[in-house]
Amino acid sequence: MKFGILIQEGPYNHQASDSAYNFIQASLEKGHEITGVFFYNDGVINTTKLMDIPADDRHISKRWSELGAKGIQLIVCVAAAKRRGINPDVLIDNARIDGLGQLSELCIESDRLITFGD
Amino acid sequence: MEEQAPRKIMFVNRKAPHGSIYAYEGLEVILIFGAYDQEISAAFLDDAVLSLKKGQDTSEIGTKEFSATFRVLEAYGVENRYVERESLEQRGLTEEDLVMDVDVVDGATLRKYMGEQDVLLPF
Repeated sequence: MKFGILIQEGPYNHQASDSAYNFIQASLEKGHEITGVFFYNDGVINTTKLMDIPADDRHISKRWSELGAKGIQLIVCVAAAKRRGINPDVLIDNARIDGLGQLSELCIESDRLITFGD
Repeated sequence: MEEQAPRKIMFVNRKAPHGSIYAYEGLEVILIFGAYDQEISAAFLDDAVLSLKKGQDTSEIGTKEFSATFRVLEAYGVENRYVERESLEQRGLTEEDLVMDVDVVDGATLRKYMGEQDVLLPF
């Protein structure tokens, strides 16, 4: 199965990002394909490398970057990102800022689009 | 990409127009998706029916008033625009209170339409 992922909530304030990450890990272990992860609404805040997390907690943006290094495309909505101060200077490695058209592509290419948000 | 049948994509709008950015950013997505050759629907239920109410004025809260933008959905290729009857009635509204032409359908019908979609996008 090809899964596209949409994340609509920010990290730490909401479970959505963690649930999405766990869903993706489980999907990959089962042999499914992730067509891409699209960050929208406050979800774009998952992708800043300025996060500085205490050592005893999970590092959410680093976790995403590591997933991107495995070849999963991480797409950050440009309009939502601009509103929230996310630009290429602060973007984690292995992610890219792109347009909402990319979310449309994910809807078309994936067997299922799974959204994580409120 | 290989040729395939258009996907049925429905936007499920449930949140109030003001007080959070969900409704506005949801509208931005709908407008972009209209440019793609897919079968796009927009459904409005719960507090999202308030997004379509005529005569809004947001000057006192200092946010953008975007209800008029819904009128362009048809021209942008959003063929199907549904409003749930129960949500409308619970808020004391009728079809005449809305800024654009919609199909008012009951909840059971709307759920049936949802079941026929390839993709549901909640905002």
